[in-house]
Amino acid sequence: MYNKGKIIPGLIIFVALMLFAVFNNAGKKLEAPKPEKPKDHKECVLPLAEINKTHMKLLNDWRDEVIREGNREQIKVEGKMYERSLQKGCMLCHTSKKKFCDVCHEFASVYPYCWDCHIAPQEPQEEMVQQEAK
Amino acid sequence: MRVLYSFVAVLALVLVSFLGGKVTGLQYLLGVVLPYLAFGVFIVGFCNRVIEWSKSPVPFQIPTTCGQGKSLPWIKYNRLESPNNTLEVVGRMILEVCAFRSLFRNTRAEMHDGPKIVYGSSKSLWLFSILFHYSFLIIVLRHLRLFTEPIPFFVPLLEMADGMMQIGAPRLYATDVIFLAAIAFLFSRRIILRHIRYISLPADYFPLFLLFAIGVTGLLMRYYYRVDITAVKQLTAGLASFSPALPAGIHPIFFIHVTLVCALLVYFPFSKLMHMGGIFLSTTRNMANNSRSKRHINPWNDPAIKPHSYAAYEDEFREFMKDADIPVEKE
Repeated sequence: MYNKGKIIPGLIIFVALMLFAVFNNAGKKLEAPKPEKPKDHKECVLPLAEINKTHMKLLNDWRDEVIREGNREQIKVEGKMYERSLQKGCMLCHTSKKKFCDVCHEFASVYPYCWDCHIAPQEPQEEMVQQEAK
Repeated sequence: MRVLYSFVAVLALVLVSFLGGKVTGLQYLLGVVLPYLAFGVFIVGFCNRVIEWSKSPVPFQIPTTCGQGKSLPWIKYNRLESPNNTLEVVGRMILEVCAFRSLFRNTRAEMHDGPKIVYGSSKSLWLFSILFHYSFLIIVLRHLRLFTEPIPFFVPLLEMADGMMQIGAPRLYATDVIFLAAIAFLFSRRIILRHIRYISLPADYFPLFLLFAIGVTGLLMRYYYRVDITAVKQLTAGLASFSPALPAGIHPIFFIHVTLVCALLVYFPFSKLMHMGGIFLSTTRNMANNSRSKRHINPWNDPAIKPHSYAAYEDEFREFMKDADIPVEKE
């Protein structure tokens, strides 16, 4: 083998880079995200399997229809009318951004730009108290 | 035909993995066993190939230079195009690896009436190659979000820059589009240009089809089938932490994507894709043009054979030379 002094360190760097994720994860426990679901509501605007997959598209479409086209038609869930809106709709039931949205988003490194325009709602009182206690 | 073989090979991979992805038992095979195997083959095969290469001696100093070499002190020499020491070689290699400098010199030959041959600059191959390679790099780095927990700081930054256009939800990544467009260009180049088509082999088409299929299945997962990303991450990050878990309900398209990537990893060390390692070992680029100032000894040389100077030669054969009327320096 020629040029050992360059080949071997080169290969070590290559293998180390390829195994980056392994070193990065070492010693950390992987936990599946568990977003907190609203206790007093059972139904969402779409069935669970679908809202899981398409909520981002739904919100995007709502924004286009409501803000850009001015179509403020409301949506009916559990017999009650809701506005097609993130803050005046979704977040009436899913009150906490931290305990609902962020749980999965942070796990999957998804940073939607909802909060570029919207002011993130105040977290529910219960959590505020807990944080103060800490 | 050569195109068809490669296309059928990729199609077969897609079909097999689609059927496998639907059966729970095979899901484990495709989602857990195969990635470990493929990754092992990739790493071991890659290192093995490089070590094999390093066993070939390089008997001569053979850099290809494209500039004035170093000679007399008042003659300015080109440090990057005709490097004289290791530092300059490193500079040249960085440009080669990061900017594809030698591909930038790609030329095109054309026949005109006369007959007269004309050479012209041809930058499109360089442009699309560099677009392809950097997009691929960013795509691979972005995928770290699925393998790492905690996610390293640069991954969200890359995602943000890549999805800067904020098209649709989830955001459309510029690299995804560029990646597919560049592969389409590199493929159509092999099909449309007669002389390139003539020298193209199944081994040229197969990686293009495979990479295109990987890109398309990736986009399908993101925009059409909308795979449950948190379930996927439990599987993929589990792989990297050596505690693989297979959550239920992952769509078969994910297993197609994974199988294709595994096929790429397995194929990699045995194919032209090894240029990833090979570029660092390309002797016409990674050697200094200093054979006038430094003596390079051929590693093949038999150490028992000592250098034989002309003076010694003349001493040995002086009488014969005189007999043959060959002039000698010393009488």
